[in-house]
Amino acid sequence: MSRKRLLGGALLAAVIAFALLGPLHGADPLRQNLSDTLLPPGGAYPLGTDHLGRDLLARLSAGARLSFGFALLAALAAAVPGILLGLVAALRGGVLERLLLGLADAVQALPGLLLVVLFTAFAPGEFLPLYLGLALSLWVEFFRIARNGAAAVMARPQVQAARLLGFGAGHILRRHLWPEVAPLAATLFAFAAGTAVTTIAALAFIGVGARPPVPEWGSMMTELLPYYAEAPLALLLPAILIFITVLGLHLLAGRERA
Amino acid sequence: MRALGGRAVQALLVALLVGTACFMMVRLLPGDMAYRIAASRYGYDLVDSAAADAVRQELGLDRPWLLQLGAWFADLAQLDLGVSLASGEAVLDLLSVQLGHTLLLSVVALAFSLLLGPPLGVLTGLRPGGWLDGGALALATALRAVPAFVIGIALMLVLAVEWDWLPVAGVGGWREVILPALTLALGLAAASSRVTRDAVAAVVASPYFAFARMKGLSDASAFRRHGLRNASIPVVAYLGLQLVTLIEGVVVVESLFAWPGIGHALVHAVLGRDIPMVQGTALLMGLLFVGLNAATDLACWALDPRRQGARA
Repeated sequence: MSRKRLLGGALLAAVIAFALLGPLHGADPLRQNLSDTLLPPGGAYPLGTDHLGRDLLARLSAGARLSFGFALLAALAAAVPGILLGLVAALRGGVLERLLLGLADAVQALPGLLLVVLFTAFAPGEFLPLYLGLALSLWVEFFRIARNGAAAVMARPQVQAARLLGFGAGHILRRHLWPEVAPLAATLFAFAAGTAVTTIAALAFIGVGARPPVPEWGSMMTELLPYYAEAPLALLLPAILIFITVLGLHLLAGRERA
Repeated sequence: MRALGGRAVQALLVALLVGTACFMMVRLLPGDMAYRIAASRYGYDLVDSAAADAVRQELGLDRPWLLQLGAWFADLAQLDLGVSLASGEAVLDLLSVQLGHTLLLSVVALAFSLLLGPPLGVLTGLRPGGWLDGGALALATALRAVPAFVIGIALMLVLAVEWDWLPVAGVGGWREVILPALTLALGLAAASSRVTRDAVAAVVASPYFAFARMKGLSDASAFRRHGLRNASIPVVAYLGLQLVTLIEGVVVVESLFAWPGIGHALVHAVLGRDIPMVQGTALLMGLLFVGLNAATDLACWALDPRRQGARA
């Protein structure tokens, strides 16, 4: 592991620890206390309170759980079908492969965020369209790397020898294709999770994603923007958490995105 | 040119995708869509089944879905995108005004990013591994981890609110375009500076560049005559990929800065469940994306004589 990836892993571990240890603090992220609004950090509120007197530590930590859970699920929902279809396309070839490549081209003709926004149009504030839209736009990249990586391996002499010796598709998949595709898929998974974190925050910020009072980093920033002068830290903290999370994912991915 | 033919097919696919995605969502999501649309328009307290029926009639949701889809494409072929449910104006008229704003913003943003990214990339690429290279890499990595809306808020609060140099938001003179354009440009420049740096470093390490230096050309004229054009091909090609970031950024940044372009209109239409407007804006943004990609193809073709030789 390079120093960069270690740093990325450490940043992510810190955010995950923050997400999991937050509930120990014991405050309810939704509980308002209108006599304690916009307090600076200290006393009963380790990170202060927002404009409705809600505990910021509890809200930020709940936001971390939401963002992480969402990012992992969305990236998985894109990676699993994407990789499977890519491997199948490379193994089977023919009409199926051309059909899938055409489908991938069609999806990439539309910017991903546009697809997600389009989906949210029919059920604003719900999470299902966000998942669907993100999975539908992100699976293409997984499909491409799996299919291209596997197609290159299939042409190698050792794979051809294995096929001539009568080994089945399962053996070739396990011994030859997967070791080639897995590291690429892992890199892409980290980037996809980063995209998911940014997307959910951006959509919540402009008001078409998660909605108040759901403790989400992007919508917290929308709510706290008018109070930037009184409580700059409250506005800054969600931004810092988004930055650390996405930076951690990008660094953990290792190489730069192609 | 085959590539351009492919882009034309892509444009058709965009229309198909936008059309079917909307219809799929109307079909697949639980609940009565007409009732939901009516509820979001009139409020949940005032809505009744009569209002829902009116919406159903208006949007033609009571017809079979294949007919609905066919009708949408038939209208599209006649450039009829329907009427906005919110304002009652023709979607096409609204879009033609908003497209101008979005194009202005995109062009200024691209210009800013080209002023920032590639020059930095050339400087760092000529001395790979130096302190400037390391610093630029750290800066680009950090910038790429910050979502556009956070960059926008930071610029807005510092440049417009605290220092009062520029207007906070809105549209009007040339000063209003600077902040949203700069927000988009910073993200784009972070990516393009790295691609330029790699392309320039590859050129500087190549045998033909070493030969140009050996035959006595100075660093500057060797780079101008042998380096610039070779290094620009991957940069322009990558710029095409980066246009996704631009289009996606437009949606968020226009909303943040109240810039009355297509992205802003899309978000508003989504919030107001103005379905003809959602379809129209999404369609136009998709087509814009395909058009920009076609322009990138053309630029690569013009820059690279090898592609012109292999005309197929």
